[in-house]
Amino acid sequence: MTYTGKKIISQAYLWFVLALLYAPIIFIGIFSFTEAKSMGNWTGFTTQLYTNLFTGSGRSTSALIQAIQTTLIIALVAAAAATLLGTLAAIGIYNMRGKRKKTIEFMNNIPLVNPDIITGVSLFLLFTLLHFTQGYLSVIIAHITFCTPYVVLNVIPRLTQMNPNIYEAALDLGAKPGLALRKVLLPELYPGMLTGFILAFTMSLDDFAVTFFTRGSVGLETLSTYIYADSRKGGLTPELKPLMTIIFLLILVVLIIVNIRTIKNNKTK
Amino acid sequence: MKRSKWALPYFIFLVLFVLLPLIIIAVYAFRATDGTFTMSNISAFFTKPTIVKTFWRSMEIAVENTLICLLIGYPVAFILADKNLNKSAFTAILFILPMWINALMRTIATAEIFHAAGLPLGRGSLLFGMAYDYLPFMIYPIYTVLNKMDKSYSEAARDLGASSFKAFTKVTLPLSLPGIMSGIMMVFMPTVSTFAVAEILTRNKIQLFGSLINEQFNNMMWGQGAALSLIMLVIVGLTTLLPTGEAEETEGGTI
Amino acid sequence: MARPNPDEIIINIEHLSKSFGEKKVLDDINLYIKRGEFITFLGPSGCGKTTMLRMIAGFLEPTEGVITLDGKNMVGVPPYQRPLNTVFQKYALFPHLNVFDNVAFGLKLQKVPKDEIRKRVSKVLKLVSMADYEKRDVSSLSGGQQQRIAIARAIVNRPKVLLLDEPLAALDLKMRKDMQIELKEMHEKLGITFIYVTHDQEAALTLSDTIAVMNEGKIQQIGTPTDIYNEPVNAFVADFIGESNILNGTMIEDRKVKFLGQVFECVDEGFGVNTPVDVVVRPEDIVVKKKLDGAQFTGTIKSCVFKGVHYEMFAMTPDGYEVMLQNYRKFDVGTEVGMTIDPYDIQVMHKDCTENVFKGVMKSSNKVEFIGEVWECEETGFEPGTEVDVHVPFNKVDLEDDEKTTTGAGNVNFLLYKGNHYHLTIITDMGYHVYVDTNDVWDKNDMVGIEILPENMKITKR
Repeated sequence: MTYTGKKIISQAYLWFVLALLYAPIIFIGIFSFTEAKSMGNWTGFTTQLYTNLFTGSGRSTSALIQAIQTTLIIALVAAAAATLLGTLAAIGIYNMRGKRKKTIEFMNNIPLVNPDIITGVSLFLLFTLLHFTQGYLSVIIAHITFCTPYVVLNVIPRLTQMNPNIYEAALDLGAKPGLALRKVLLPELYPGMLTGFILAFTMSLDDFAVTFFTRGSVGLETLSTYIYADSRKGGLTPELKPLMTIIFLLILVVLIIVNIRTIKNNKTK
Repeated sequence: MKRSKWALPYFIFLVLFVLLPLIIIAVYAFRATDGTFTMSNISAFFTKPTIVKTFWRSMEIAVENTLICLLIGYPVAFILADKNLNKSAFTAILFILPMWINALMRTIATAEIFHAAGLPLGRGSLLFGMAYDYLPFMIYPIYTVLNKMDKSYSEAARDLGASSFKAFTKVTLPLSLPGIMSGIMMVFMPTVSTFAVAEILTRNKIQLFGSLINEQFNNMMWGQGAALSLIMLVIVGLTTLLPTGEAEETEGGTI
Repeated sequence: MARPNPDEIIINIEHLSKSFGEKKVLDDINLYIKRGEFITFLGPSGCGKTTMLRMIAGFLEPTEGVITLDGKNMVGVPPYQRPLNTVFQKYALFPHLNVFDNVAFGLKLQKVPKDEIRKRVSKVLKLVSMADYEKRDVSSLSGGQQQRIAIARAIVNRPKVLLLDEPLAALDLKMRKDMQIELKEMHEKLGITFIYVTHDQEAALTLSDTIAVMNEGKIQQIGTPTDIYNEPVNAFVADFIGESNILNGTMIEDRKVKFLGQVFECVDEGFGVNTPVDVVVRPEDIVVKKKLDGAQFTGTIKSCVFKGVHYEMFAMTPDGYEVMLQNYRKFDVGTEVGMTIDPYDIQVMHKDCTENVFKGVMKSSNKVEFIGEVWECEETGFEPGTEVDVHVPFNKVDLEDDEKTTTGAGNVNFLLYKGNHYHLTIITDMGYHVYVDTNDVWDKNDMVGIEILPENMKITKR
């Protein structure tokens, strides 16, 4: 096969798979501009759903907005806590040797390979046994358990790539350990911590099963549990469609900007 | 020296919220409602027809889904990693972008597409929707391994007289095995354990193992639910024993 | 050397030992460092030199012993309170700070006023010829430039002692030579004490006032570069510093030593009569002539390589010894040459030992345990449990490629060419030393199997 032929077929294949992947999202996007309850039903173009979303009017919009808030609060708190806990742990693990290191590395991997449902069910049993009131706090703790490994795994490579003498150099120049940590170690670990935080944040946003089992019966709803409950009731809150469309477009724009900037940076260097 | 102690808080956290809960699952699995030891929860897995059937059905669907993701995903990863066939790193990002949209929402949309197209919701829509959900998890680890792979390996194979097909099957494919293994791990396990996705995509027509566990807990049958969870844990444990390149993949997993 | 006046001494180290777990890295080191001197810890990797430096800097605490600085005990004082600074092996510049902020790091911590920081930083950058680089990103600098910044960052704090941990190792040869000269000049300009750690004997000889040659956690010899080069105290030092012919010899009587099958006049005394010794002759100290008469010994040139300034040649004597020669004149391969050695150029050294002596325990009357293994031996008639000494001549230890089929196993740790055979030091898996003379060629760090035949052991009651 000729070289260009290969290239055309490859590109065609990529775009075909992409089209399949994006079909549902585009589908959501299209039907966010009509008021019909179920998708696939076109009842004329309107931006009413968008208006509802921003003004809080519409039958269940306020509950939806409440769910969005809850989701964001949980994701932020869990990701921040996971970043702190995970960074400390990564520094600790990096300085460990032998069996202890292996043990904690193994334990760090458990939440990664554990299916969501097991994490959820096991924590549900724990909280119930301890008579721990399930709500915000239990969900946040649960989210920290599956978020922290991502932080640990993103910070450790930064430590191994780092010149091990940097911390000592700071001490040598008169910095006390705490200061050496802040002035020298943290700036080095920062990119790994940031990646870890973003991953943790995304994982938390997207989680369904763990939240479902650990939220208790106080009526706590995140976006995922809200959507699940909606789908069980048979009718999706229509404002979800414009919400998803907006989120998708926002992320797309951010990615495009980041991408253009990295391309520009690469060119100037 | 003392900095190794910094991992202590996380260690305590892991013991409390990862290890202890798993032990509790194991305890509940062997505990009758009156608190005595019982094997009945575990033995139900082998004897109760609904459980046995559901388990094998889930395994079947998980295998099918994993294969579909591998067959579609490997060529995608291969093309993305080949600088001659695909120059833009942005195309690779496009494949993970859908993951930022709530998975349940995407699943509902898939179901709606089937509905709108007049297709029945069942095994077909389930496989389609799952492949759609988990494809990025297959592509990403394979892409990472292929992207890092030194191109001179396959060039050396060509230099030694291998056709490009032979160079692929004898060199590139075996070397990308770690990526394939972790891709399989990342697709297979969630497929077995998912419940919401299956419920939405089949309107509860097809029950998977995950749904079964959920159902036990909904019906306050904790012992039975814990036993099924324990069995799933054992399966997870066994699959992690398969040789994977996991440690390499998770390193610097920037998205 | 006579011990100098106490206030001339800046650092004093007494009975310093360091172990990591079971492994002893430094063993009872005693050393003093004079104010303003340039001292080098020289030795192969793993000899303990870096450990010593890190203990002086405060990154490691000694297992035993005392380090004093200006009479004050430094043990337990954290690195940030010690009035000394370090130049690290791979520079350890802070990647997120620019050149100025890297150099100013220590001064800012001392809360030095801003304009004084500015003054001191630009002065020190001028000193290392990096004045125009203040705003540069450290990652954009070459290795040599990073090196200069690392030195500037350390000396700007006006430390009493500057510690340098293999600072030139990452540079290429040309750069390394230039930096050596600059370091020497800087030492003279600053007038502070430099402690330099390296495995590069050439740098050590060029730079130092004093060299401490280290091996296996001990100081083998300490002295001026000339002393160490001309009068090495043992075969290790002779081999490690410069090129040398190290040969087995016998001290016949005072001022008479026999080696290469000849009796030579020398200047050494007090070794006793007919004592086995090691003899060191530097290759440039062997006078080579085409004329054979009047020569102390003769040989045939086997190889000749031009080394830039001189030719390096190997000559084979009629008795089968190979000697290394260095001369400005070229002698073609195959030439018969006559050679003489001046009595002052012959360095005679005590041998550490003349045969292996292992401490052992009888397992039965014909089985003995030593160096962690049980060996077959000839019938001794000793009771099991008897403590014995096992004597094995160096040339009666057999080495095999496959360590799985032999009784013992170890790694080649050190090897010396002795003119007609190799003298190896093997360290066994359990950490014991076995000395072997062999004609086979082994490389450093080779895994070898060790076998000793029963008839080659002499077992005596202890």
